Formats: sequence, C-alpha cells, structure tokens
Amino acid sequence: MAEDTKNQPPRTPPIQSATFTNAVNAEIRRAAATGIYDIRGGGAKRAVPHFDDLLFLGASISRYPLEGYRERCGTDVVLGGRFAKKPVKLDIPVTIAGMSFGALSGPAKEALGRGASAVGTSTTTGDGGMTEEERGHSKTLVYQYLPSRYGMNPDDLRRADAIEVVVGQGAKPGGGGMLLGQKISDRVAEMRDLPQGVDQRSACRHPDWTGPDDLEIKILELREITGWEKPIYVKVGGARPYYDTALAAKAGADVVVLDGMQGGTAATQDVFIEHVGLPTLACIRPAVDALQDMRLHRKVQLVVSGGIRNGADVAKALALGADAVSIGTAALIALGDNDPRWEEEYRKLGTTAGAYDDWHEGRDPAGITTQDPELAARFDPELGGRRLANYLRVLTLEAQTIARACGKSHVRNLEPEDLCALTVEAAAMARVPLAGTSWVPGQTML
Amino acid sequence: MRRLDLAETPLREVNAALQVPVSGETSWEIVNPRGAHALAVGLDAPIDVGIRGSAGYYCAGMNKQATVHVHGSVGPGVAENMMSGTVIVEGDASQYAGATGHGGLLAIKGNASSRCGVSMKGIDIVVHGDIGHSSAFMAQTGNLVVLGDAGDALGDSIYEARLFVRGSVRSLGADCVQKEMRPEHLELLARLLDRAGADARPEEFKRYGSARRLYNFDVDNATSY
Ligand SMILES: Cc1cc2nc3c(=O)[nH]c(=O)nc-3n(C[C@H](O)[C@H](O)[C@H](O)COP(=O)(O)O)c2cc1C
Repeated sequence: MAEDTKNQPPRTPPIQSATFTNAVNAEIRRAAATGIYDIRGGGAKRAVPHFDDLLFLGASISRYPLEGYRERCGTDVVLGGRFAKKPVKLDIPVTIAGMSFGALSGPAKEALGRGASAVGTSTTTGDGGMTEEERGHSKTLVYQYLPSRYGMNPDDLRRADAIEVVVGQGAKPGGGGMLLGQKISDRVAEMRDLPQGVDQRSACRHPDWTGPDDLEIKILELREITGWEKPIYVKVGGARPYYDTALAAKAGADVVVLDGMQGGTAATQDVFIEHVGLPTLACIRPAVDALQDMRLHRKVQLVVSGGIRNGADVAKALALGADAVSIGTAALIALGDNDPRWEEEYRKLGTTAGAYDDWHEGRDPAGITTQDPELAARFDPELGGRRLANYLRVLTLEAQTIARACGKSHVRNLEPEDLCALTVEAAAMARVPLAGTSWVPGQTML
Repeated sequence: MRRLDLAETPLREVNAALQVPVSGETSWEIVNPRGAHALAVGLDAPIDVGIRGSAGYYCAGMNKQATVHVHGSVGPGVAENMMSGTVIVEGDASQYAGATGHGGLLAIKGNASSRCGVSMKGIDIVVHGDIGHSSAFMAQTGNLVVLGDAGDALGDSIYEARLFVRGSVRSLGADCVQKEMRPEHLELLARLLDRAGADARPEEFKRYGSARRLYNFDVDNATSY
C-alpha cells in the first residue's frame, strides 16, 4: 500500500467554494424541495457595520469626567411634547418595541409590561391588537396602528398612552406579512377577525392612506379621536431615513421611531431580512439631519432601534442624536428566549440555543414565542418581568457609566464629538473620525 | 337639535361637542362643513348628527353608536374602522369607504370609489351606485352590497366577507368566485337592503366570496399570491 501511494501524483485537496458554501447549497436544496422561501424570526444575522465599530473617547486632560455614583447623570426623557397634551415621560431612554400578541404569548406580553413598568419605561403592542395582559401590566403602553388594523378600535386608542403609526420595520421595510405557510392560532384568529387556521397575510400598505399628505390627515383624525392627548409616533424601517424622517415630521408626528435592518421581526422572509434596508448605524445621522434641517431636533423625538444589546449601544445611539432607543430581541433574550438551558429541546427542533428563530412555528421551548398553552405555561411572567427589569437597569447603568466618563450630567448630552470609529465604513456612516485620525470619510480631507 | 357652524367653530370644538354630548342633547346639525377632514370622528353615543354639505377624509371615522347622515359627498375613508351605528351618505364617497370597519351600517346613496370595504372586519356596506376597483380587498368579514356595477379585481385575497352585486363585475380578484345564492343569503340581503333604504330585490343580485384556495400555501398556486 505504502508503495502505491508513493507512486501516485499529489492531488488537489477538495476545496469548498466561498460563493457556494455548504449553507448556500443547503438553502438551494431546501428551496428545490419545498418551493417556498425561508421564513424566520429575528433580524439580520450577517455582520454589518454596527455600534461595535464605534468607541467613546472618554475624558482626560482636555475634558473632565463626572464622579461615578456621586455626581448625577440623568436618564429621563419626554416623548411627544410637540403636540400632545399628555406627553410620555420615561425614567430611562430605553423602551420596549412593538411585538405582536400572536408572535408572543399572553404571559410574555405581561412580563414585558411588568419589566418595563418596574423601571419607568414604556412597552408597545403589535400587530394583532391590545391584550388585557399587556394593558393591565404596562404603566405606559404605546398602541400600534398597523396596516392590518387587526383588533383596532377607538376604546383601545383611548386607553393607550401613545399611538404608533407603523409604516415599516427595519427587518422588512416595504414588506407586510404575506407569510405563506405560517398558520395562526385560534385566539389570534378571533382577535384578528380571521378564519381559523389560515396563513398569516397582513398588507404592507395602510388600507386608507398613501403618502405623506394623507398621513397628515390620518394623524389629524387620530388626534381628533383621542382629544389631542396622546403623542403620535410614526415608525419607519431604515430605508431612506432622511426623507422618511422629514416626511413623518412634516405630517405632524410627535416622535419618529427608526428601525434599522438588524431589527427583529416575528416572522419574515429571510431574503428580506438580510437584503433590504439600512444598518441601524447608517440611519441615525441622516434622520438627525432631517430634524435639524427642520429645526425640530429634540422637539420631535427620535427613537432608534435595531440591534441594541447593551448600555454602550444605548449611549452610542444617543450620542449620534437619538432621544431614546427601543429593544425587541434583547428583551426576549432577557425573558429567557434562546436560553441554553433548553438546549436538548432546541436540538430536537434541529437547531441550537442562540440560533433558534422559527418562532412562527410556535414550538418555542422557552414558552415565549408560542400560543401553545403547555409551552407557554413554562414561562413565569413575574420572574420574566424581574429579569427584564434587571436587564433594563444594567443598560441604564452602563449608559450612565459611559456618559459620566465623557463628562455628561445627562445621557442626552452625549454627542458625536465623544466618539471615534474603528473602521472607515463606520466612520463614514456615523460621521465621526477614524480612530487616531481627524478623518471623517466623506466629510473631511484625508 | 343643536347646530354647529364649522365656518365659525373650529373642528376641535365641533368634534369635542359631539364626542361628549351635553346631557340630553341627542340631535345635532353641522353646517358649513366645506370638506373638513376628520369630521364627526370617534363618536360614542346614540346621537343623530346631520352634516349639511360635503365632508373630507375620514368622516365619521371609528364611529360607535351614532347615526351620522351626510347630506353631500365624502372624501376618502368615510366610516373607516366603524364599530357600530349608522353612517348615511347622500352623495358619492371617495376611496376606502368603510375600510377595516368592524360593525354598523354604511349606506352610500351615490357611488363609491376604489377600495371600498378594504380589509372590512364585520361592517355592512350598501352602495346604491357603483364601486371602483380593488374593492373588498382582503375583506375579512361583513357584507358589501352593490346595487350598481363593481370595478376590476373585486374581492382580491378575500376571506369570509360576503359580496352581493346587482350589476356587472368588471373582474374578480385572486381567490374571489361567484357563489350560490341560498335562501339564507336572500334573507340577509333583504334585511340589508331594507336597512339601507335601497329599492332592489334580493333575487337580482349575485353573490361572491372566497374560493378559500389561498388560505394555506400551495406551491401550485404560487402565481396567484
Ligand atoms: C417577536 C417580534 C415581534 C415583532 N412584532 C412587531 C410588530 O407587531 N410590529 C412592529 O412594528 N414591529 C414588530 N417587531 C419589531 C420590533 O418592534 C423592533 O422594531 C425590533 O425588534 C427592534 O430591533 P431589535 O430586535 O434588534 O431590538 C417585532 C420584533 C420581534 C422580535
């Protein structure tokens, strides 16, 4: 044998294609077998320029810091003071994003309300309407006004603390919920006035308005129905953030919610999540430009979401000009989503903790993204609420730590001047200098 | 009867007066509406409101309990998301009439434009004239009755709403088909026509509804989605 191999010429080892990777090929095979696109939850999984590509400079001789714990660093924020008689006042600049009942179980919605209320922030309904679990446990609840209008009614509008007109989401700007093959449960069907067992199909455009001029009249109507009390937010996915923000503000929004491509979704086509929309980092400066050009920065508040994970992300978003941030995925993880303690069950579903994203199938071992009563019973809303409150406190403490280190007595005083970027891309998007240089790509000469 | 004049009274005051009616006042008249948007929206009491003239967008939006009678025409989205009560339009209605309505009756004596009854969720709509294209798009439940003709793509992606058309239908949308008119439908239609003051016989209508072929994904129907 040894003799044989000696006489054979060396062979090229097998080489995997960088273009046709195993994952790509597996997806081609899956598509060929089923004839339907892949649907999943979560946000963009591929790496895109993000807050990790920014650093705070901190203070030294030219700037002096504030004393940790001793010197006050404020975190409160008021949303909606432009036109609303009753603006939303929050103790921390981190809110819970809209996540539909349907995607989440009733107890999970309750836990979000408990956690948010414990630290003085707001939570948000989602596609499918307002549940008692949620209203009852949320001190401040934002009621989403979506294209589907599932469950929409004037009583819930009036018992909301703010109204969020959803134009789009970062995970799918321009997309609705035409999620073929995704069945809805019976309670969800009833809340939405749909026949039981149909596939989820929500429209991508609002049924009774198109364009910014109509939106202005729609906002007028919502204000007239609610006596001009409630702040009106307009939520857009990161697509053309300068114009979308400007048009939302022109239409009379009190608050613009801007969601980048890393933003989670309950269920969307994978191709949409990964290939449509701008990274969160690329959205913020153009949106702030729009508000500044209209002299509305800090008058119309900007809430940024999409991939916020820790207090540094919060601080960076604020430094770039946001008034607050919103979290979806991170809140679910704080509740216990994708926890390794369920690894054995994730394996049975053909996945692993951290990668589980077939939320729409309703078999979540953690009992959060499901309507199955047995699975949902695994989740304890009180404990979940406490965990979320803890996590929100950590985000706040971390953001304060950074703000103090930059010499700021309020997190809102963070500014682009406090930042530098690790990569040329992030420097260009955030319009801060590349670390160690004074070069802002696209703004200053090298 | 109390009269409110939109030439003198701001919209906010007019709507506030109707939304929280002073005790005992059940009958209101609004003059000089002059196409005002968001007029008589968010009402929630069994009152009668007469609008003398034409109104703009979202007239009687989200109505509950009230009867709103427009002696003129209305802009887009009349009675949008209505919960209950009655809205009568003597003239024509623009796009999205009765959009997403959950209940109550919307009667339009003239014509309605495109997307009439879009995403309707239980409302009854009776149009004495014609309706435009893409009407009853994604209509979920409720009844849409048309004495005249319907435009293109009627009932596209419809769920369980029932459509009754007396005249011609330019084309049916995806998954919308003509259905058998059974005795219970004739009865239902007779009641609706009566409530809407429409002079027509149920036997003259054809019924349309969902073929339910798009309720669950089937790769062989992929081009219809
Ligand atoms: C499970 C889930 C359900 C969601 N449902 C909605 C919804 O009903 N309406 C909406 O506007 N956004 C919805 N979103 C998007 C969030 O509101 C938010 O934009 C996004 O989660 C923010 O990004 P992050 O997940 O990276 O924090 C959902 C997100 C998730 C994860």
